[in-house]
Amino acid sequence: MIRKVSIALGALALAGGIVAASASDDPIASRKAMMKNTGASIGVMGKMAKGEMPFDAVQANLAMRAINNAAIGVVHLFPAGSETGGDTEAAPKIWEDMAGFVEKAKAMEDVTADAIAFPAASLDDLKEQLGKLGGTCKGCHEGYRIKKS
Amino acid sequence: MKRLFRLFLLLAVAGAGVFWWLTQPSRLDALPASMQGYAGDRANGELMFYAGGCSSCHAAPGSDDKTRLAGGVRLDSPFGAFVAPNISPDPKDGIGGWSALDFVNAMTKGVSPGGSHLYPAFPYTSYQRMKLQDLLDLKAYLDTLPAVAGKAPPHEVGFPFNIRRGLGLWKLLYLDGQRFQPDPDATDEVNRGAYLVNGPGHCGECHTPRDLIGGLRTDKWLAGAPNPEGKGIIPNITPHEQGLASWSNKDIAYALESGFTPDFDSLGGSMGKVVGNTSHLGAQDRDAIAAYLKSLPPLPNGYKAKQ
Repeated sequence: MIRKVSIALGALALAGGIVAASASDDPIASRKAMMKNTGASIGVMGKMAKGEMPFDAVQANLAMRAINNAAIGVVHLFPAGSETGGDTEAAPKIWEDMAGFVEKAKAMEDVTADAIAFPAASLDDLKEQLGKLGGTCKGCHEGYRIKKS
Repeated sequence: MKRLFRLFLLLAVAGAGVFWWLTQPSRLDALPASMQGYAGDRANGELMFYAGGCSSCHAAPGSDDKTRLAGGVRLDSPFGAFVAPNISPDPKDGIGGWSALDFVNAMTKGVSPGGSHLYPAFPYTSYQRMKLQDLLDLKAYLDTLPAVAGKAPPHEVGFPFNIRRGLGLWKLLYLDGQRFQPDPDATDEVNRGAYLVNGPGHCGECHTPRDLIGGLRTDKWLAGAPNPEGKGIIPNITPHEQGLASWSNKDIAYALESGFTPDFDSLGGSMGKVVGNTSHLGAQDRDAIAAYLKSLPPLPNGYKAKQ
């Protein structure tokens, strides 16, 4: 048991180390991974909303928490010097208007924090929360992302 | 020498005459008798307002209120910057003084009440497909919105595109004057989708690539295009593997409702505003759009790999 726990802890530490290293070494790869992970979290709730998965309050709440984490950290994944490269779809507007960008990230942080504080008890609740959350995705992707493929 | 000069003068005058004749704005003189005095169905007009995406360009930039149509959004195109005008019912700065006929002429002929050509940044090449009744319903709905004073800034378009008369030639090439024709072999649902996509929705205006003088490449209909407003691309929405082949009808309808793609990326760029409109349509209409897009001939991307 102790062995298992220590292996697990070791693995976690290693994973943490890798994340930290890649975030500082390659913010473009890190933010792409963060966006993919956020998409997967939204997918859990989206599939419920689309009727492809039964509503599950616990899973929905966990997904909101994961997205809240992403929203809290997102602005730090766009440091100066990461404007170009790696097929980034980040728009130059991010660095021209960092205050506006931070405001958009804050909107997502607020919407998810709200959903964590008042967890969806029904599919209708979830749809409403997801609608607000989607608005904050769009809010940023409208002006701060350039679709390239 | 004198004779040569005379000949030149004659040709120039004749040329100018032909240009003048060819570029005359063509207009409807009257609504058909059956539609005169038609009051308009405001509920359907509101639906057309969302299907047509009027507020995406005509609501003031940055405003969350989609019903105050003060104009001011800039469209930066290769031909210059077009600024969407005020189309609120303000009688002086908006279109409050327009008759139903004036409105129909603007929407389908691209001609202002004063008789000058409108720039096709206003997508009348698509709006011309709309049913007359839908146009009059839309006018009736727009009349109910708040009047907002103040003109939007003028377009910033350089020579020769600043000569509006020249648009008459462009229209000879690209404004065919045809209303939407349903395909007798297609289902009602697909025809409804085709109408929404190619008429009010004006999807092709961004999703279809343009030729050198800004005409839509009908051979690459909805196959995706370089972004007409700058960097990046507008995706292929035909059911090709480079487009929507892997999307189910439900995926398309859900994306138009929620803004989420099947892998739960979120639609952005100018499509963000489009979703803000399509989310107001009925589920049946979103399903119809999906059914039409899936019925299209699959085409490879209408843009080159790197933009």
